[in-house]
Formats: sequence, structure tokens, C-alpha cells
Amino acid sequence: MELSGAEIVVQFLKDEGVKYVFGYPGGAVLHIYDALFQQDDVRHILVRHEQGATHAADGYARATGKPGVVLVTSGPGATNAVTGIATAYMDSIPLVVLTGQVPTPFIGSDAFQEVDAVGITRPCVKHNFLVKRREDLALTLKKAFYIATSGRPGPVVVDIPKDVTDPNVRIPYEYPREVKIRSYNPVVKGHPGQIKKAVDLILGARRPMIYTGGGVILSEASAELIEFTRLLGFPITQTLMGLGAYPATDRQFVGMLGMHGTYEANMAMHECDVLIAIGARFDDRVTGKVAEFCPHARIVHVDIDPASIAKNVKVDVPIVGDVKNVLADMTKELRARKQKPDAEALRQWWARIDEWRGRNCLQYDRNSELIKPQFVIEKLYEVTGGDAYITSDVGQHQMWTAQFYKFDKPRRWINSGGLGTMGFGMPAALGVQLAHPDATVACVTGEASIQMCIQELSTAMQYMLPIKIVNLNNRYMGMVRQWQEFFYESRYSHSYLEALPDFVKLAESYGHVGLRIEKPEDVEGALREAFGMKDRLVFLDFITDQTENVYPMIAQGKGHHEMELAPYCKAPQSGERELA
Amino acid sequence: MRHIISLLMENEAGALSRVAGLFSARGYNIESLTVAPTEDPSLSRMTIVTTGSEEIIEQITKQLNKLIDVVKLVDLTEGAHIERELMLIKLRAPDAERRAELKRLADIFRGRIIDVTDSTYTIELTGDGDKLDAFIGAVGEGTIIETVRTGASGIARGTRSLHL
Ligand SMILES: Cc1cc2nc3c(=O)[nH]c(=O)nc-3n(C[C@H](O)[C@H](O)[C@H](O)COP(=O)(O)OP(=O)(O)OC[C@H]3O[C@@H](n4cnc5c(N)ncnc54)[C@H](O)[C@@H]3O)c2cc1C
Ligand SMILES: Cc1ncc(C[n+]2csc(CCOP(=O)(O)OP(=O)(O)O)c2C)c(N)n1
Ligand SMILES: [Mg+2]
Repeated sequence: MELSGAEIVVQFLKDEGVKYVFGYPGGAVLHIYDALFQQDDVRHILVRHEQGATHAADGYARATGKPGVVLVTSGPGATNAVTGIATAYMDSIPLVVLTGQVPTPFIGSDAFQEVDAVGITRPCVKHNFLVKRREDLALTLKKAFYIATSGRPGPVVVDIPKDVTDPNVRIPYEYPREVKIRSYNPVVKGHPGQIKKAVDLILGARRPMIYTGGGVILSEASAELIEFTRLLGFPITQTLMGLGAYPATDRQFVGMLGMHGTYEANMAMHECDVLIAIGARFDDRVTGKVAEFCPHARIVHVDIDPASIAKNVKVDVPIVGDVKNVLADMTKELRARKQKPDAEALRQWWARIDEWRGRNCLQYDRNSELIKPQFVIEKLYEVTGGDAYITSDVGQHQMWTAQFYKFDKPRRWINSGGLGTMGFGMPAALGVQLAHPDATVACVTGEASIQMCIQELSTAMQYMLPIKIVNLNNRYMGMVRQWQEFFYESRYSHSYLEALPDFVKLAESYGHVGLRIEKPEDVEGALREAFGMKDRLVFLDFITDQTENVYPMIAQGKGHHEMELAPYCKAPQSGERELA
Repeated sequence: MRHIISLLMENEAGALSRVAGLFSARGYNIESLTVAPTEDPSLSRMTIVTTGSEEIIEQITKQLNKLIDVVKLVDLTEGAHIERELMLIKLRAPDAERRAELKRLADIFRGRIIDVTDSTYTIELTGDGDKLDAFIGAVGEGTIIETVRTGASGIARGTRSLHL
């Protein structure tokens, strides 16, 4: 087959099984857009801002496990995409981002719409390429997809100069089925000796704790995790990125850990004697003060990226490998052993955890006249039967969703954890809805975050994507306000949002349905009404209590045992130590 | 602790900037960095001299290994190794007495005079960093017009080697 560079790009995407490309045209990619126009296999989704394209592709990737694909032009197209690329990078999400570049003879001449896309994106990609010869195009694209999706996934940028896609020059094309990169061979199988050591440690534990993260979801290892955890009967906590890999409604799940995790999860971390960390990277929002992190624990750490191991916290048994394999191998080894975990020690440990649980740390004021944001999420959970895909933006609403929506399945909770990118939620939801056209998809957001990519309401209309937007409108950058209340003596510097738009009218002006809800008793009805409109985007503007804070909380620089609980939480039970 | 990390990487445009960028982005020290293609033109060999605690050096080697372009890596300081650096140094040599003294010093340090004018000598010297420092100390600061050093290159002693 003889194809032009532009046709190679499109044909390759088709051969690679790519269904959607999220993009925005411009001079440097016009040849590619022309090739896209002449076929129907690869569907192009036109966004309204390149940041939206990257987030939508990212949402698609998180909801499916397949790589998200983005196409943007050179210069401002590429720079607009950077925030989304960095967002995917921090959460290890597979993206392939094609950026147009000025023609090769112009590179380096400050040509019109020239930026050094490879240079700008280098620190926030897994890898990037500049394709200088059309003969290299197909293989480079294959490498990009391979690198993005294997090992620890991540975004890969392929920068393509305009002359490389010249429609008038054709060369032979064959889809490269396989690619080998001599310098890149991720380890997927855990070392058998290390697995034995880990199992020894696990079986000797008296106060064990399983701590899992996004790696379990990336590895598609939910089933293995559930089997392993149930077999042992140990308590399990998950990071913000790990939620859903183990069912939140299961008794062994003690809630999220970290800064806004549950009291029981964090106290159990503090007192455990063996910690089994699986596909989690000991982020500072999780560990709190590192010097006081799990002071009594010996630590097993399973991660596919050797650089994640012993980066922030020293571990006793490192295992490099894919979670899915390692969990299966550990379970097999456990079953082969005669020794079982000490049942009496475990019983006492659970009794202690149940005491902490008894504090009911996620309690909030249920008698308020104002809409409590937590209440909205509880109702959202009920109305969607706990089975929706939920994306979120960044702030208090994100934490409340993580705390109150009990995710029982992986890939249902889609948020920007590592970079914390406001503006992520709505475009991501569009990608999710495209991936799962019949599924219920909601974006929980705040009035500040939603405005960062509000233009994508137009994309949603163009492609008839009936997502539901749950705006927890507290008229504040609530998370910022909370920190100012706690740490800056309530000096609310620039965190109040004046001159907010009328979101109902705004939604309507894009052709969607808008609802404003101001009373607690209207919350459930509005949600039911909105989720009943299967083919419409509904923007639900919940006017919530402005003063509500996210609890519990570990202030920065504090240890897991130094959590601050909400004022309305139950007092400590008899026999339980008072908080420090 | 000072470490000498030696690595083979794909001889690709931008590979060097990935290494340099990694060090600046993560705040690692670079004392010196040398790079040139090997006998296999598809590969470059790089020697990086860095300092840091054991934990930091471990992260540095892991992060370098994680770069897609890095094919193989060894921390030479973990075994016996040889380290060499080349220095070119231009010195004031205005009169016979001074010239004789510099010639003598160059001989002692096994340097070679590679360029001469009526007022200067340019000397080439190889050795480890300490030896080059010692030479600089011996000629005295007032004598030096210009120095240029390559940074260290390293290789393991014995039969151990870094190759594909
Ligand atoms: C406002 C705000 C508040 C936050 N508060 C909290 C909080 O209270 N609690 C909390 O937990 N987080 C919180 N976060 C999120 C936090 O910043 C981190 O993003 C998160 O903790 C990281 O999760 P993780 O450790 O699961 O790592 P991820 O970023 O999900 O990384 C996954 C890890 O798994 C590894 N991996 C990937 N694939 C595989 C595989 N196949 N096999 C093996 N390993 C693999 C990767 O190498 C990596 O080390 C907050 C974020 C924001 C924005
Ligand atoms: C792009 C970006 N800019 C700034 C921040 C810092 N930040 C974190 S949360 C937050 C406020 C979010 O406000 P809102 O969307 O209304 O959510 P709320 O906290 O009120 O629920 C800000 C400004 C960020 N995370 N991302
Ligand atoms: Mg707000």
C-alpha cells in the first residue's frame, strides 16, 4: 500500500484499533485532517480547547484501559495540551498525543506557530518523539503506543512536522504489528524469592494492613486483589487513585487513607506491624509526615516501576513486577503454605479497627437547613445505584465524592489525583461517555473548577453526550477557603467567587438542561429528574453550605495518628485512647 | 558520596537533554557529564559524576534507567575502576626561567606541551581529577591564563565491562 504521511497517520490509527481521536485543527496538521475527512473508521471528536482534548482522551483511557489519542496543531495547540499531558503523566495514564510541527526545514527558525514541543513536554511525558522522516512515521507511532500502554503507563508525544505528512509524496506502508525496543523492557514477573519473603512476612503479621493504589486498576488486577484480600481476611485501604479496585461496600475495606482518608484507615496505618503496599507510590498526601509513617511496620512494596520503590519510604521487601502477576503468585504461595495468619491476633486487630470505625468519622450535620455537599453525594450514590462512572474536578467536592460515593468497581472513579487539575472533570466525562455510550456518567464539580473548561459544554452538545454535571456550588474555592480558615486565620484572600454566571442559563444557552437546587428536600427529586433524562446533558447547580469543611483531615506535616475529626463526630469509645 | 555512573544510551537527538533535564528537574547534583558515540554508532557512552546520599544515588540510577533511551547503566564506584580526565591549560611563560620551571612541572605530571608562543605554553594533561587539581595548584594561580577540562570518563578495572 502506498500512502502519504498524513494517510499513514490515519491508517495506522485504524490498524492500531483506535476508535476516537480528540483534537483541534490548525495549519501544521491540516494534511492529517484532510486524511481524516476521507474515511469513517477513526472518529474525530472536535473539542473547544486543546486542554479539553487531552482530558477527554484521558477520561476515555481511564474508563477503558485503552490509550487515549489526541491530535493538535503546532505552537499554541501543543502548549494548550500540556496541562492535560501533565495530568495524565502524574496519574500514569496511557495517552498518545500527536502534535503538528512546522516543516522540518523551518524547525529552529522561530517559524510561525513553532514551539519546541518535544522540549516543552519532556518533563511530563513518559517519552516523546520528533519524526523527521516519513519513512519513520509508522514505526514511531507503534513505539509510541507500545511505550504509552506497557510497564508503568503514561503519555507519549509524537511531534510531526508538516512536510512529513505531505499528501503528494507516497511511500509504501505496512502496519508494524510488533515492536521491540532494546532499551525498554519492563519487568512484569515478580522475583520468586521476593514473593516467598513477602509471604513469610505476611503470615507472621499480627496487625496487618493492605494499602493499594492506582497500580491495581492500571494492571486490571481487581479480581486478584479481591481473592488475595479475602483469603487473608486483612483490612484494606486504598488511595484516592485506587478506589474501586476493591469494593468499598465490603467489610474488609476501611476507607481511603491519607490527608482526607478515614480515621480508621489512618489509625490502622499508624499501628500496623506489616504493611502490604500494592501499586501505590507513597505520595505525600498519603504518608503525611514521612518520619512518622507506619512506625511499627515492616513493609512489602509491589510496583512495576523500580523508581517508585524506596523513593519516599524505605521498604523491607521490594517486589518489582506487574500487580496482576505478583498478586496471583502471592496468592498461590499463600495457598501452598500450611501456616495461616494468626486468627486470634487478627480478631483483636479487627476489634481495635472497629473501635476506630465507631467514631463514625464521615459524620456530618444532617439537620441543616442548607444543602450539605456530603448529602448530595450520598443521594447521587443512591439515585445512580452506586453504579455510575463518576468524574470529578479538584477541591472539596472531589474529596467528598471519594468519601461518600462507595465505588465497588474499578475504572468508575475518574479524577486527577497527582496533578490535581481543575478543569479535568467535565471533558473527562465526555471521554467516558463516548467509551460507554449506555452508561450513566456524572461529573461532580465545583463552581470554580467547572469554569476552567466550561467551553466543552459545546462539545457535549455537538456529540449528544448526556452526562450529568453535579455542581456543588459553594461560591468559594472551597478547598482554598478551608486552608485559609485553618492556617491563615480565616483571611479569605481571593478565594471568594464573585460574579458567578447563572449556571442554569449558561447550560441552557449551550442547548442543555439546567436545574438549580436550593433546599435539601429537593436534592433527591432533582437528581432523579436529571438521571431520568437519558439523552440530555443536565447541569445540576446545587447551592450548598458555604462553610462546610472536609473532614477528617491530617494537616500537612502531621502523622496519621494526628487526624483532626469533624466537630460532630462521636466521642471516643471506652477503652480507646484520646487523640493526641 | 561521589559516584561515577556510566551508561550506554541510544545515540538519538534529544537523548542528552533527557539526562540533563532529569538532573535539573529532580534537583540532583552533576559534577561533570561527558558523552560521545561508541564504536557502535547507534550508541553513546556517557559518564556522569554526581554526589548524594545512598538513597539519592539509588533514585538517580533508577530514574536514569527509566529513561527510554538508556540501554544500560553501571555505577562504577561499586567496584574497582579507572577514572581519567583530560585538561588543556594555557600558562604564562614569559621568560626562560619560568619556561624551564613549567617544562619541569609538566614532566613531573606527565603532561605534554602542545603549543608554544613567546609568552605562553599550552599543556595537555590527563589523570584523575585530583591529579589535575594538583597540577593547577603547583603552577600557581597567577600563571594560569585559561583551563579547559573534559570531566571524568570512567571504565571498570579487570574483565568487567559495560556493553550490549
Ligand atoms: C485535593 C486533593 C487531595 C488529595 N488527598 C488525598 C488523600 O487524602 N488520600 C489519597 O490517597 N490521595 C489524595 N490525593 C491524591 C494524591 O495526590 C495522589 O495522586 C495519590 O495518593 C496517588 O495514588 P497512588 O499511590 O495510588 O499512585 P498512582 O499515581 O495511582 O500510581 C500508581 C503506582 O502504581 C504503579 N503501577 C502502575 N501500573 C502498575 C502495574 N501494572 N503493576 C504494578 N504497579 C503499577 C506505578 O508505578 C505507581 O507507582 C489528593 C489529591 C488532591 C488533588
Ligand atoms: C488549575 C488549578 N489551579 C489552581 C488549583 C488550586 N486549587 C485547588 S482546589 C481549588 C478550589 C476549587 O474550587 P471549586 O472548584 O469551587 O471546588 P470546591 O473546593 O469549592 O469544592 C483551587 C483553586 C488547582 N488545583 N488547579
Ligand atoms: Mg466551590
